[in-house]
Amino acid sequence: MTAVATRSDRRAPRTRSGRVPWILVLPALVGLSFLILPFAGLLVRAPWPTMVERVTEPEVLAALWLSLSTATVATLVSLSFGVPLAWMLARTEFPGRRVVRALVTIPLVIPPVVGGVALLLVLGRNGLVGRYLDAWFGLTLPFTPAAVVIAQVFVAMPFLVITVEGALRGADRRYEEAAATLGASRVTIFTRVTLPMVLPGIGAGAILCWARALGEFGATITFAGNFPGTTQTMPLAVYMAMQRDPEAAIVLSLVLLLVSLAVLVTLRERWVNP
Amino acid sequence: MREPTARSPRPRRTAHGPTAATAALVLALTACSGGGADTEEGSGGGADGAAFSGELTVFAAASLTDVFEEIATSFEEENPEVEVTFNFAGSSELAQQINSGAPADVFAAADTDTMGQVVEGEGLDADWAAEHSEDGQVFVTNNLRIAVPPDNPAGVESFADLAEDDVDVAFCSQEVPCGAATVTALEAADLDVTPVTLEEDVRAVLTKVELGEVDAGLVYATDVISAEGRVEGLDFPESEEAINDYPIGVLSASGDTDLAAAWVEFVTTEGAPVLRDAGFGTP
Repeated sequence: MTAVATRSDRRAPRTRSGRVPWILVLPALVGLSFLILPFAGLLVRAPWPTMVERVTEPEVLAALWLSLSTATVATLVSLSFGVPLAWMLARTEFPGRRVVRALVTIPLVIPPVVGGVALLLVLGRNGLVGRYLDAWFGLTLPFTPAAVVIAQVFVAMPFLVITVEGALRGADRRYEEAAATLGASRVTIFTRVTLPMVLPGIGAGAILCWARALGEFGATITFAGNFPGTTQTMPLAVYMAMQRDPEAAIVLSLVLLLVSLAVLVTLRERWVNP
Repeated sequence: MREPTARSPRPRRTAHGPTAATAALVLALTACSGGGADTEEGSGGGADGAAFSGELTVFAAASLTDVFEEIATSFEEENPEVEVTFNFAGSSELAQQINSGAPADVFAAADTDTMGQVVEGEGLDADWAAEHSEDGQVFVTNNLRIAVPPDNPAGVESFADLAEDDVDVAFCSQEVPCGAATVTALEAADLDVTPVTLEEDVRAVLTKVELGEVDAGLVYATDVISAEGRVEGLDFPESEEAINDYPIGVLSASGDTDLAAAWVEFVTTEGAPVLRDAGFGTP
């Protein structure tokens, strides 16, 4: 016991010692500052004296609440459909699987505004499916919070699917095979063996998905419209504020950034590095 | 991120490639053939001394897209050495870009407020402004129409119908000129309408009406004409209270204010019939 401990103690410092690998650290620092600098720009230009007053305006709070709640619902929806989809892509064989995998990335490739138009053409009041929803159930999706969630799921779910699929491919399949030889059904294997193994991957995918949903703009404004309290999420509020009052837009952006950073840092600690 | 097509440089630009190549070839040939040809080339350019050359960058409200493209074609025919490039977007966004130092020669806005932002930022060329107008020269007007889908599903016939509960309406957001005009018209009619959405620009309202996602929207008269049958336009008396003035002006950032002033002049004279046909009013 002690022998093992001392050996690992001795080994750990050795891997950290030696020269700093500047060939890696330098580009890493350049990359980091490139990502952080725009944020610094916002901080510098922010109208600090009126900050509190602006942040607590009811419209800002409504937009913030709408953003957080729709992004969370969108992530839950993406989890319930996206994890099985990732499993299908990683663990089953079917004709055209490569094509399907490419199709999953479509929302990443097309401009979100185009995605929004496409959603309108399918789920809008006169859309391919939407007209029946309207005629049979009196249900119209555009201009409702549900439309905000749908737009977010459309653009954000691929991030989850791709991350989880990667985790599934990296997981050791011998555990699943062992469970199968012991007579477990495929569903049991999935829930008892596969899922626990790729849980960190699912956590990372969910975080990516939530972050992307939170920042969603193009598909939302096109499919769900823009109305304060109903469909105006933070990114839409930022864009509208930018038209007349850039300072207000900076305040809103900072609020969105800080809240999302707080959530992401907390969750990352809990889920990804338990 | 809106209207990517409107923002991209016009494909016509590529047509200049071959022309430039030919010009280079001619130059190369004349250079080879000696001094005599060179003088000829020089006198050819000097013959019409007032001719302009170079690139002219025009920042213009999205609602001017079609007409300005057309006017630019005639302008380039008269001034073959000139290449006009456009940046079409919402006026407020363009005003922000100009105030942040965007390299533009001319700004044409969809209302006087947005031009006012540029004037405040001392964006207008002082000499031009002194000669023409300190707040930009109003060259056209535009007013609102009710746009409904061709089959008019909610049976909208008047401005007051928009206030009905079962009529879904799309307006422009107050932050952009068409939204400001909408608020004025509503106040003039003493109407209280709750729209289902406040769109980021007038084209987005038009799209929602075209797709039949809303029963009615308020757009510009020019948009109804440009949508040609895809929407029906209804005139309403209160629109007279909400007429948008479109100001144009030469910017201080311009590298060639004479050329920029010539474009403004051209738009207000030769361009007038094009603007009239598109549904713009005269100030």
